[in-house]
Amino acid sequence: MSTSAVLTPLPVLIPLLGAAATMFAGRRPRLQRTITLAALSAVVAVCAALLYLTDRDGTLALHVGGWAQSVPGMGPLGITLVVDRLSALMLVVSSIVLLAVVFYAIGQGIRDGGEHQPVSIFLPTYLALSAGVCNAFLAGDLFNLFVGFEVLLAASFVLLTIGASTERVRVGISYVMVSMVSSVIFLIGIALIYAATGTLNMAEVAVRLDGVSPGTRSALFAVLLVAFGIKAAVFPLSSWLPDSYPTAPAPVTAVFAGLLTKVGVYAIIRAHTLLFPDAGLDRMLMVAAFLTMIVGILGAIAQSDIKRLLSFTLVSHIGYMVFGIALSSELGLSGAIYYVAHHILVQTTLFLVVGLIERQAGASTLQRLGGLAAASPLLAFVFVVPALNLGGIPPFSGFIGKVALLEAGAKSGSVLAWLLVGGSVVTSLLTLYVISRVWTLAFWRARADAPEGHLAAAAPSVLLDDTQDIALDERVDVGRMPVGMLAPTGALIAVGLTLTVLAGPIVSYTDRAAAEVIDRDRYISAVLGEVRP
Amino acid sequence: MTTFLIPLVLVGGLISVGVYLLLERGLTRMLLGLLLIGNAVNLLMLMVGGPSGNPPVRGRFSDGETATADPLAQGMILTAIVISMGIAAFVLSLIYRTYRLTTDEEVVNDPEDTRVSQLTDEELEALDEARPVPQPARDTDEPDELDALPGLEGSR
Repeated sequence: MSTSAVLTPLPVLIPLLGAAATMFAGRRPRLQRTITLAALSAVVAVCAALLYLTDRDGTLALHVGGWAQSVPGMGPLGITLVVDRLSALMLVVSSIVLLAVVFYAIGQGIRDGGEHQPVSIFLPTYLALSAGVCNAFLAGDLFNLFVGFEVLLAASFVLLTIGASTERVRVGISYVMVSMVSSVIFLIGIALIYAATGTLNMAEVAVRLDGVSPGTRSALFAVLLVAFGIKAAVFPLSSWLPDSYPTAPAPVTAVFAGLLTKVGVYAIIRAHTLLFPDAGLDRMLMVAAFLTMIVGILGAIAQSDIKRLLSFTLVSHIGYMVFGIALSSELGLSGAIYYVAHHILVQTTLFLVVGLIERQAGASTLQRLGGLAAASPLLAFVFVVPALNLGGIPPFSGFIGKVALLEAGAKSGSVLAWLLVGGSVVTSLLTLYVISRVWTLAFWRARADAPEGHLAAAAPSVLLDDTQDIALDERVDVGRMPVGMLAPTGALIAVGLTLTVLAGPIVSYTDRAAAEVIDRDRYISAVLGEVRP
Repeated sequence: MTTFLIPLVLVGGLISVGVYLLLERGLTRMLLGLLLIGNAVNLLMLMVGGPSGNPPVRGRFSDGETATADPLAQGMILTAIVISMGIAAFVLSLIYRTYRLTTDEEVVNDPEDTRVSQLTDEELEALDEARPVPQPARDTDEPDELDALPGLEGSR
């Protein structure tokens, strides 16, 4: 058995086993924390090894349980796990984010956690979520992709409604309903693809779809696009996101914002390149990308709560990735992949920083915040670096990603592509406006000038939210920012900066990844063997 | 492959009833709608798996059929049923929790969304101008936060 065959299932197995172990250790918080940190650190190491191996050897496929091809010309009987450069990069970035966020959550829990925080279910659920995310990236089979989605969704339901306060239950219900509708649509898509091709192994589906009429192919792709579009929050299907994400605890929002939408984007990339390379829906995708960008960012301008504001920028920036995918050129796809990696890191970091702001200042709305720059220059620094990164200021990775996408759009040269190039620039400027609005209001003006500046939340919230408002001067001093929260935030900022420092090697890696994804034969021959039916 | 019309009509009917229920505001109805759509999809998957036949177990036959039924479709349906059962249990507990908290079980609008959409121009301006909303009805003899603004200190 080769090294890769051992490593490939580990990103799913380790978190699942860890979840079981943490369940057993439910009454021993310290042991639980140790298991979680060890499991997620191991996942980071495994994913880094997979990244190295795929970049050296090309696409790796593993037939779970040894259920390989039974008859030549037929697909494998069992589940297939596939790692190529795209999924390896996604795995590495997500595992880093998962580790940093759990470190942050643990740091917050140690410092501010009370006796009655529901920690004993938090870590197992979080590990199950990690397993679901990794499984979705590894799946080489449509139904296994569906199972990966379900695992991460079921875990996210629990994390979103943790504590079951009125607000979280209200939000949780609509989130569950929307997610389940998208899952059911995905299931319909799976049934229809099975009807058309008689298989669900993605490589085999890709081969057999070539014999299906173009109209049917477009229809199948459209069904999958609706399902993945809901998960990725692409414009007409995005309104659930800014409602549901902001109410969750800060680390949960951070990991949702960073990873869950990107799993949808990853699924769109896979479906678009591997299964339906010429389904003819690119123009519709471009229009959707344009509207996602503009509508999202206009929504962000109107918000006063920073978490909601960031959720709207999240929706808006999904448009950039869809834009890169819809160009269906190697350059566009490479830009989109780079942008996904950048956006996972920067969006997670910003939500973690908002968690710090909430802890230090007792509020996350611009109506109450003020004077943060003077109160804590360090906090201002941790906010401003990822914020400028999101806004696309030159040395940062947001700029590099946007330039790559603009270049690809300009090279494509169609009217719609130019419209999107314009839309991207406008969105980028408006993002900068939104960010600078947060900066001037929350960091520069005096807190006394904020309309509700005299109010604050009673105590720093960990997993349960405390909705009680008290006067600001009566708030107990929360002390300095805990190292356990600050260190992972700083680490994520540093990882975000390496996307700039190592931009050359990383962009050439995403170029290789895009070339590999577009050349479907490599994926197909890795799964089905050299002999193609 | 031949398809039979009646199951297809049944799938369509179940899905349309499910969508109708899902568009309601009552949570229990939404859950019922979701379950109906889930069953419709399971039926669709069963149809897609091809005609009926022998059980997919070696050495078992039924009624002298020659073909074997597709086991993959059945496996997928089983998985889908298990998943929807788990989710249904979770949603039911959420509904019960909503009822305990609000003595109602309806989806309500996002309050923050409503608040943002109802902000008046003055309030928006006050937020962006970094000034408190002026309240003319208040007793101005008391020193208020407007007196703390730069250039206006000790205006009284």
